[in-house]
Amino acid sequence: MAALRIGAALIVPLLSFAALWLTFEFLRNADANRIVVVAVALVVGVLGVWLLYWGMDLVISQLPDDVAAGLRPAIFVGPAIVILSVYLVYPAINTFVLAFKSDGEFVWFENFVTIFTETSYLVSIRNSILWVIVVPFFAVAVGLAFAVLADKLGRRPEAFSKSMIFLPMAISFVGASIVWKFIYSFRPPGFGEQIGLLNGIWGALGNDPVAWLLQEPWNNLYLMVILVWLQTGFAMVILSSAIKAVPDDILEAARIDGAGEWQVFWKIVFPSISSTVVVVTTTIVIVVWKVFDIVWVMTGGKFGTSVIAERMITEFFLFRNAGIGAALAVVLFLAVIPIMIINVRKFRQQEATR
Amino acid sequence: MTATAEHSTDVYVAPKPSIWARLFDRWQVKLAISVIIILWMIPTVGLLITSFRPSEAISNSGWWTVFTNIGANEWTLSNYSDVLSRQGFGNSFLNSLAVTIPATVIPITIAAFAAYGFAWMEFRGRNVLFVLVVALLVVPLQMALIPILRLYTSGGHLSTWILVGLLLAATIAAAAFLVRGKGGVIPLVVFAVLTIGASLLWIGGTDVVTIFPDLNLNGTFLAVWLAHTGFGLPLAIYLLRNYMGSLPASIVESAEIDGANHFTIFTRLMVPLSVPVLASFAIFQFLWVWNDLLIAIIFLGGEPKNRVITQALMELNSSYGNEWQLLTAGAFISMMLPLTVFFALQRFFVRGMTAGSVKG
Repeated sequence: MAALRIGAALIVPLLSFAALWLTFEFLRNADANRIVVVAVALVVGVLGVWLLYWGMDLVISQLPDDVAAGLRPAIFVGPAIVILSVYLVYPAINTFVLAFKSDGEFVWFENFVTIFTETSYLVSIRNSILWVIVVPFFAVAVGLAFAVLADKLGRRPEAFSKSMIFLPMAISFVGASIVWKFIYSFRPPGFGEQIGLLNGIWGALGNDPVAWLLQEPWNNLYLMVILVWLQTGFAMVILSSAIKAVPDDILEAARIDGAGEWQVFWKIVFPSISSTVVVVTTTIVIVVWKVFDIVWVMTGGKFGTSVIAERMITEFFLFRNAGIGAALAVVLFLAVIPIMIINVRKFRQQEATR
Repeated sequence: MTATAEHSTDVYVAPKPSIWARLFDRWQVKLAISVIIILWMIPTVGLLITSFRPSEAISNSGWWTVFTNIGANEWTLSNYSDVLSRQGFGNSFLNSLAVTIPATVIPITIAAFAAYGFAWMEFRGRNVLFVLVVALLVVPLQMALIPILRLYTSGGHLSTWILVGLLLAATIAAAAFLVRGKGGVIPLVVFAVLTIGASLLWIGGTDVVTIFPDLNLNGTFLAVWLAHTGFGLPLAIYLLRNYMGSLPASIVESAEIDGANHFTIFTRLMVPLSVPVLASFAIFQFLWVWNDLLIAIIFLGGEPKNRVITQALMELNSSYGNEWQLLTAGAFISMMLPLTVFFALQRFFVRGMTAGSVKG
């Protein structure tokens, strides 16, 4: 009887593995109806992972209790550790090694020297730095201003106006890029009406139409506007909840003492939400630092708009230049290491006080 | 209605500003807010209006002119039917579903189990592993792309001497732990046997060993699911572990006294109790995967039948860059689902974003 149970318990995970594998062979070769393929993929993807855990637990449960108790953490945490190792830890180490290679040969710092001396890479680095200064600044500034103003409205108008600003967060970078490409669209004079909003306004003011996306170096700014548009909602929502957490009685006390709204904001509200401002800014900085899609879709990195994350993909996938690509990825990574250290420290402190 | 000294309360109530001052204040606030909202809405509104205009109208006049000659406007749905039949756009919507739903469910499941393990199970190395997860939060996924693509297309290979070196180091570490009384014999034996095995291979003349088989995964949905799982896991584990860890220990203890094992406690107690945070992360991850372009380009490849919607939109942009009737309709189709999710589940969405603010 016991043997039967153990046998059954072993068979379940094996079967689920086999089922997963066979389906993938099917999905790979499928010229079948898309809806069928998609349905199979959904069922397998969603149920498969649960089946694996369930099967593993079934196996463990057949073992003596103390052995089972010892093995259970491995089942719970193991899969996550395996995936993190294969998808983040190992690749990160490998990328580091690749960054010192070119065509399979070790060239040591040559790739980095190239990145930090050749003009075209320096332009990407300059642009990335500009992005991480400009975008977070405007996103946080507008988000904060809006959060403060909306706080003075009634409950329903506040919720409504916040969701209008927040809405672009749900839009993909590609979708947003198309939205804005339309705004910036340009026709040379004599080739018909301007259908881009910006040139429409520009023309109504009596100017000749401008090909906005070709205007170096200002085109970088026009691309940044897109990300500000997308990220302001995020800043606004987080800052708004921080503002609401500032105790009302302190604000009232300040007002009674004759402080104006401006003073109340800068002397009381802002200092008490400053740590949230830092968190929001850092988060947006990291998003901006890795921006790829917007540049890729809008200009393809041409006309002096390339940024590091976009350049990395171009180098690796278009120019087949793995060494330079990896070196650019390492540059991206090194810049966030301070944030990583701060995160770990903060976590340690939290744990110590828990 | 102003508070005066006659009131017998001991709380001093500030004299309210005059009605005029308040009205003026309100008026300014409302104006400023309206201006920002209009600025923020214009791009989307322009896109939406354009997507319903016939193509001649789009190229002859700006979309804003629909407001000046109301009545003379023509509207059409043909842009939508055109774009759905072109470039496999309809298929790509289905593909996006096939990528997004598992790429949301798989990381949540794996993360939930791991989070429970980190929060409620006792095992050696727990804190070290969790600090590693916290550190991985901000690793840019660009760091991972090239090696993972190579794993997918040609498997993982390692020079035998490096493998021997690594295993030897692990053996020595295991021995050191054993001497200090911190570890068992089993790891030492396992690593020692592996080291000897690898050395034999090396002596036998094998220069390169395959440590990850060549699965030819690239271009499959599985490849993308796993990549999204890997990149989404640190945040998911971090959020879920903090949430589960904040639940009262008495729940787990009393269940243990009743004889429940960890698996039962997890499925019967923890998962139901964690629904709010699971939902928040699910929405966050769903939107992230749906809107992703980079991972799709790299791991799903260019094959048209597998394209997801962001890829299809990008293709549309490069082949029909000036056909705004197609681009605007396509862009709107790609936004429909995330916007629906956004409006339907706004509260969870906001909470997820708030919680996600630690992510890199």
